Amino acid sequence: MLIIGERINGMFNDIKRAIQERDPAPVQEWARRQEQGGARALDLNVGPAVADKVGAMKWLVEVVQEVSDLTLCLDSTNIEAIEEGLKLCKRPAIINSTNADREKIERLFPLAVEYGAALIGLTMNKNGVPKDADTRLAFAMELVAAADEFGLPMEDLYIDPLILPANVGQDHGPEVLKTLYQIKLLANPAPRTVVGLSNVSQNCQERRLLNRTFLAMAMACGLDAAIADACDEELMATAAAGEVLLNQTVYCDSFVKMFKAR
Amino acid sequence: MPVQILKEKSRAAVQTVTLGATPEQGGTRSHTVTIGGDAALPFHHFEGEIPHRPVVAMEVQDIEPEWPEPLKKCFAGVMKEPGRWAEKCVREYGADLIYVKLDGADPEGANRTVEQCVATVKEVLQAVGVPLIVVGCGDNEKDKELLEAVAEAAAGENLLLGNAEQNNYQSLTAACMVHKHNIIARSPLDINICKQLNILISEMNLPLNRIVIDPSIGSLGYGIEYAYSIMERTRLGALQGDKMLSMPVLCTVGYEAWRAKEAYAPVTNFPGWGDVEERGILWEAVTAAAMLQAGAHVLLMRHPKAVALVKENIDRLMVNNAY
Repeated sequence: MLIIGERINGMFNDIKRAIQERDPAPVQEWARRQEQGGARALDLNVGPAVADKVGAMKWLVEVVQEVSDLTLCLDSTNIEAIEEGLKLCKRPAIINSTNADREKIERLFPLAVEYGAALIGLTMNKNGVPKDADTRLAFAMELVAAADEFGLPMEDLYIDPLILPANVGQDHGPEVLKTLYQIKLLANPAPRTVVGLSNVSQNCQERRLLNRTFLAMAMACGLDAAIADACDEELMATAAAGEVLLNQTVYCDSFVKMFKAR
Repeated sequence: MPVQILKEKSRAAVQTVTLGATPEQGGTRSHTVTIGGDAALPFHHFEGEIPHRPVVAMEVQDIEPEWPEPLKKCFAGVMKEPGRWAEKCVREYGADLIYVKLDGADPEGANRTVEQCVATVKEVLQAVGVPLIVVGCGDNEKDKELLEAVAEAAAGENLLLGNAEQNNYQSLTAACMVHKHNIIARSPLDINICKQLNILISEMNLPLNRIVIDPSIGSLGYGIEYAYSIMERTRLGALQGDKMLSMPVLCTVGYEAWRAKEAYAPVTNFPGWGDVEERGILWEAVTAAAMLQAGAHVLLMRHPKAVALVKENIDRLMVNNAY
């Protein structure tokens, strides 16, 4: 299970302020803390409030790379910000994200191939998030076909079936799980899967409980990665236990510690 | 239509471990021996590089062991002198390494002193140029003292010392750290303990490339398939990037094979079993051959004819079959 640390995001006030003031300390502190927590990639999102998205993304990439060797997940709807960020990445990155609209596919898949990056593909188009598994799966199929068309290795395509908050779209939960399972049947080798985990508990009580419960359920359906709170110890322990119970790693007494340390 | 053959590509490889040290490196060995590094399943040269061939270590003990006659006669006249015994193994029988088992230290047995055992190790070091593997007698208290003394006396030689076990690894790990040796991490046919022990040892800061796994094996007819499964799983783990399963593997082939009744029972007792001498050799050689297929890097062996058969087998298996 690849945990992509969610915390370096301009939606959080400390990061927003750090970006505005170009103060690397909070950003680097979160990079370190998430890595210690067990994150093996870091999501970088400049947030909605920043005017110069390109400059802010470049700055984030640079200051994070000063303190961390983790894979960077460049999270933006601004394609120029992503491309400028990719140019600075020392290691293969993850692009977050494209949807299944043809105009985005045609720009982002070639970009991923050009920079040797992985790509997160959302199972939606400009009309929004589908209600059921079948429609999600149809978009997933379009993303798989695009990987084939543009020459992106299937292992570098991360399909996100889009989970909604439990208090808003409760009916989406089982549909997402069904989609995850079926995505794995679309190709061989199968594409990978990812969710923005914390979204499942947005504005809910018992957020951490909801997050880790959904993580365990989604792992059993074939989830490979999650953009999540890497500093939530119970969540990370759940991921570690899930890997053991799914026989993805050989059990040892220190399995939780090993999950964080590898 | 051309057939596309699927090849497994590994994410990671087995660690390499180098045994022995030449005079330039602070030891007295004529050469070093490097094991491991495999980036594929055993001998799948077509799927990844296998840079180092498996090696055979021949067993020498500090006191004359109670081995079956067909085995003892290969070492007639030298079994009371570990140095000459070791020399014969290297010169005549082509041993890649010498495996010194200090059985005589056992308080329940000959109860030789630590000093006597250290002298044995030094005698063997003087007699041969190949790197050494040294293990104790199996008595925890005695071995602690004994192996610390051996580690210190042979500082710089980059020995492979054993055995560390789950409940008894700290003093040997510390000795290997201080005197710069490698360690055998022995687990009782249990992959979970195998992995955990590697974690415990590495948490004491001994680098991963100084650990060799002894998974415990059974010989042909005595649970060899359990050993096979565990070694296969270990290799798969290593190739998938599990660092705590990525060490080279050592197998106690000679010990296990020669305690099987089939290896030593006289033909008079079992008329259908055929010549005892040939039977014993084959029992050991076949056990070793299976362990090679399971992913062994070091085979601890006894009979020179079994060693010769296995070395020929290794030669053939190391012929590159890449396509």
